[in-house]
Amino acid sequence: MADGSVTRRGVMVGAAGGVVFSTPRARADENPPATDAIAVKLRVNGEALHLEIDPRTSLLDALRETAGLTGTKKGCDRGACGACTVHLDDRRIVSCLTLAARCEGKHIRTIEGLSSADRLHPMQAAFVEHDGFQCGYCTPGQIMSAVALVKEGHAGSDGEIREWMSGNICRCGAYPNIVAAIRQAASAEG
Amino acid sequence: MQAFTLTRPADTKSAIAAASRPDSAYIAGGTDLLQLTKDHVETPRQLVDLEPLALSRIHATGARLRLEPLARMSDVAAHPAVLRDWPVLSQALLASASPQIRNMGTMGGNLLQRTRCGYFRDTGFACNKRVPGSGCPAINGENRMHAILGVSDRCIATYPGDMAVALNVLDADIELTGQPGVRKVPIGDFHREPGDTPHIETVLQPGELITGIDIPSPARRSHYLKVRDRASFEFALVSAAVALDIEDGTIRAARVAAGGVGTKPWRLAQVEAALTGKSPDAATLKAAADQAAAGAKPAKSNGFKIVLLKRTVLRALQTVSA
Repeated sequence: MADGSVTRRGVMVGAAGGVVFSTPRARADENPPATDAIAVKLRVNGEALHLEIDPRTSLLDALRETAGLTGTKKGCDRGACGACTVHLDDRRIVSCLTLAARCEGKHIRTIEGLSSADRLHPMQAAFVEHDGFQCGYCTPGQIMSAVALVKEGHAGSDGEIREWMSGNICRCGAYPNIVAAIRQAASAEG
Repeated sequence: MQAFTLTRPADTKSAIAAASRPDSAYIAGGTDLLQLTKDHVETPRQLVDLEPLALSRIHATGARLRLEPLARMSDVAAHPAVLRDWPVLSQALLASASPQIRNMGTMGGNLLQRTRCGYFRDTGFACNKRVPGSGCPAINGENRMHAILGVSDRCIATYPGDMAVALNVLDADIELTGQPGVRKVPIGDFHREPGDTPHIETVLQPGELITGIDIPSPARRSHYLKVRDRASFEFALVSAAVALDIEDGTIRAARVAAGGVGTKPWRLAQVEAALTGKSPDAATLKAAADQAAAGAKPAKSNGFKIVLLKRTVLRALQTVSA
């Protein structure tokens, strides 16, 4: 999406400031460095990302607020809900309890890095097919967790899927459809 | 969150020197520390990052197991030697937290995770553990999740972990490295009861670093059972770790510990004594499990843990002796 076009986030951010119109996505160079900011080089979805950040910045905030990658969601910000799940060097983690400054040189994969061009990742397609969400807020975290779960070999049964998805909470309660989506994506990958 | 600097030490010695400065904390997995800093419960001005030390190996050599402090919970739980020789450890780890948190959490950090007492984690309340001398609202407040063993009139907060309960029945030694040198502490002596100083939770000295966990021998007949309010990703109401040596129909040695009920991981010596030298029959297991809550001092809302503890210990004993 080209910068400057209307996005849901743009409208929301604009509305919060009293201006109901779009604002461009935040870019790293638009955020003034914090006091004692440190330079961090990340690789996000295969692209190098150079950040000047406060050492306290979570990976979640670095992705959303500095890199403009708002697909990763902030739910509890305490590791209890899984909405912020991303892959760090191919392992699923919660980005809210990860300091961005400790990710120097590591590979991070977010929901934005899952599809290729206009083709959805099979897990994304399975969530659409099985209606694996209602409000959708937990969905990026659910999908990042589900992709890792299949790769770990934990999709052997519905019970196993439920146990190994326990770190992702869905307040709408779409769990049966989430399990169905993961089961299908796992067997398709077989 | 209090502002902090992030120090990346070159080696263990410089890590210890850096962390010996006031207002410093080590950071390993960060899963508990960052919750505590976000909530202003902990306010370090310097974090000493342990990741550069690369102390994350799992050594299974013959009958012994050595875990380095930054070995990830998920890696230890899935290690073939741990699954074969120390099932109680793998089961305790897999019953902890969530898959994501287990990919982050470490052996050393897990031992040091802090209580989930809601008063401790909310700076709007008094708490003797957080602010010594300020009082304990849990003793006459919301205490359904609190401890019934090892409590004092200053603190009834539950030790929240699972792994340390398993380590208690594996007779693990914790290796600590500080400025004076290296020492080993038996896991049973590592955590402290609150007494008059609930803010002091372990025997760690300022700057001292956990550099290893050593387990001396296999415990193939061992098991961890955790009972909680929801099926997964929840702290224990009650848990039991059990390791039995049974030869020729006789229990030669019994090691039993409980979680979710103590102010520290709680070894159940009276249960062990009631098992040792006996045949593992139904009556023996029941009589032993009935000793599990010896010395318990429940508060208003956690008395149910006495019955639940006995039943949890019994189920765990039945599972390992089957």
